[in-house]
Amino acid sequence: MPLNIGCTARPGKGRDNKTGSWRVFYPIFEKEKCTGCGICTLICPEGCIEEKGEKDYVPDLEYCKGCGLCAEECPGEAITMEKEEK
Amino acid sequence: MVDKTIEHFECGHRACGGCGAATAVRMILKGAGENVIVVSPTGCLEVFSTPYPETAWKVPWIHSLFENASAVASGVEASLKRQGRKEKVVIIGGDGATVDIGMLCLSGAFERNHDITYICYDNEAYMNTGIQRSGATPFDASTTTSPAGTCSMGNKHQKKDVPAILAAHGAPYVATATMSYPTDLMKKVETAVNTPGACYIQVHAPCCTGWGFEGSKTMEVGKLAVETGLWVNYEMIDSVVKKVKKVKRKPVDEYLSVQKRFRHLFKPKRNEEEIAKIQAIADRNAEKFGIDL
Amino acid sequence: MKEILEGSHAVAEATRLCRPEVIAAYPITPQTHIVEALAQMVADCRLQSEYICVESEFSALSACLGASAAGSRTYSATTSQGLALMFEVCFNAAGMRLPIVMTIANRALSAPLSIWNDQQDSIALRDSGWIQFYAEDNQEALDLHILAYRVCEDHDILLPAFVCFDGFILTHTYEPVDIPSEEEVDAYLPAFKPYQRLDAEDPISFGMYATPDYYLEFRYENQRAMLRAKEAIRKYGTLFGEQFGRDYSGLIEGYKMDDAEVAIIAMGSICGTVKDAIDEMRADGKKVGLLKIRCYRPFPDDEIAAALSHIRIVAVLDKNVSLGSKGAVALEVKDALYGSSIDVYGYILGLGGRDIRKKDIKAIVDLAEKGSGDMFYGLREELL
Repeated sequence: MPLNIGCTARPGKGRDNKTGSWRVFYPIFEKEKCTGCGICTLICPEGCIEEKGEKDYVPDLEYCKGCGLCAEECPGEAITMEKEEK
Repeated sequence: MVDKTIEHFECGHRACGGCGAATAVRMILKGAGENVIVVSPTGCLEVFSTPYPETAWKVPWIHSLFENASAVASGVEASLKRQGRKEKVVIIGGDGATVDIGMLCLSGAFERNHDITYICYDNEAYMNTGIQRSGATPFDASTTTSPAGTCSMGNKHQKKDVPAILAAHGAPYVATATMSYPTDLMKKVETAVNTPGACYIQVHAPCCTGWGFEGSKTMEVGKLAVETGLWVNYEMIDSVVKKVKKVKRKPVDEYLSVQKRFRHLFKPKRNEEEIAKIQAIADRNAEKFGIDL
Repeated sequence: MKEILEGSHAVAEATRLCRPEVIAAYPITPQTHIVEALAQMVADCRLQSEYICVESEFSALSACLGASAAGSRTYSATTSQGLALMFEVCFNAAGMRLPIVMTIANRALSAPLSIWNDQQDSIALRDSGWIQFYAEDNQEALDLHILAYRVCEDHDILLPAFVCFDGFILTHTYEPVDIPSEEEVDAYLPAFKPYQRLDAEDPISFGMYATPDYYLEFRYENQRAMLRAKEAIRKYGTLFGEQFGRDYSGLIEGYKMDDAEVAIIAMGSICGTVKDAIDEMRADGKKVGLLKIRCYRPFPDDEIAAALSHIRIVAVLDKNVSLGSKGAVALEVKDALYGSSIDVYGYILGLGGRDIRKKDIKAIVDLAEKGSGDMFYGLREELL
């Protein structure tokens, strides 16, 4: 693919980099405990937690780096971190 | 009203897991709203978001050099003005690029009062190049160029007070914020972007890699900085401090002890003298800004 | 319209006619009259431009970079120390392929501090990726700005350009110049259409970083654009001739070269003195000619080789020195003539504003004929 003049790029290719491969821990979201506050989706450094519906937040495991911020901050303690099996 | 559904920063970027700056940028872009052009200097943000051909930015974005973001933004703003375009110019850059090498251009842009918003994500060192000391590194923090050692307690100097410097330039709106208080941060960004003239926000962005704590604790560390008085969240309107976040103050130990960069103050034994100096800084902040509940 | 103007004002007129939307200016001798004249034009609404009084030259070019990326035609002017301060931004702007045009009022570099003319400043940036034009007189200085914008903004080129003219010698000297009308310039130079720009409707990331997998190819693309510029200059230089009556299709220009045996190669205002010296030498029977380099980057190597094919001896005048080596132009001329049997002699002269007279040119031709070259010409021995 030819280069973009001046080393520029349009949005899109950033998603080619699947940062999920970095993680050691992954988050498990328990819907029953979710308060629907939306803090997880706001504070995720990747922005990979999607609000699929009411009290239904789903992390995109292709990008989740397993940092655990969501689990740490969830007021309902609805998120736990589990070690990845390799 | 801040539109929290805005997602102008994509997944796939290469920030460390738990990065305070990445979270801050997502929040900043929500506060800035639609119709922005972002200018960034060299630094963590620029590097982890744009390795050719991958870019995490869904808004127009330009990076030139390390020290000239404010000058580039001045040119962008002048061009937009001449073309009659309404996009908002927002600079998002790290503390090294802002407080040290970028001071010349920053001062010039603010003196000329271009209609721009400068948001500094402050992780208190040159993180991208490997955690070297900057003018924003706090007193006694250990960095690779101000390391703690047998005859050193780490960084010998105080944090440069850039908000005060820019308020002295007559900036109509100057604020400090922390990514640990997202609503406050987003609201301040919205205010700054919609205030005509050159506005500045310094956002405390704890760095798990550089400060030495678990990535999951980023929000907590940011809160501790505010709760101990070592970071004060406030707003200045026309150079007068108007709103300050008040706290029930905790002793500085609670903040210092959870970060490896201050470990030398506690190991091999507690250094009362140095901790007292840092407590004095917090006390001075408390008095100056009136943060005590 | 013919007027008698000092070079700075001729350049300011050219800039006004090119309608830059953003001008970022920082004053430095001997460029000050340019930026002052432009400021007055803006103040009098003769020029519709955002004029930013920046806090340093570094900021001046950075502001131009931002304005160009946002989609505006932009302009700045500097020299010597100011250009040196812009070093970083020069490479950056060229790499980002932004068609900025900047006047360089050539001046010597510190240390020692000097406000007088030589060409070290722009030549020191010959690696930067900027197209470089050198004006012989105030008319060329004016015309080359218009040509430069036309060449640079071509989507096949997209490179920034220096238009260089000698400080004090041209900037502060009055000469008659023909100032084209706005209609004529508008017909030749259409409004700037950026190839890509910062635009919320079509977001692009500018200035990304390139890993070793990509960097080499980006630099190669810049090199290719530079080489394409030769043809672009020929094309738009010819068009210039058709529009304004003065042809600029040549990257080099010969004076009395057809039957010359000795050729002098030079750039800038010194060419005027050389031409006068040649006329006198010819009256004395010497067959000397001048090969003026008007475009130094891209370097007209093939053109020079072709023009000198019948020449025995070449004397290259360098108003610069690559310390530890030789004069920059002489080195590149030698490279262009590699494989030929032409004798090339380099003379470093005029540094820091040292005056060059017709008799000096004649003396240099004598030296070249005697096979004596690669020297600093005109040294005051009593100081050494």
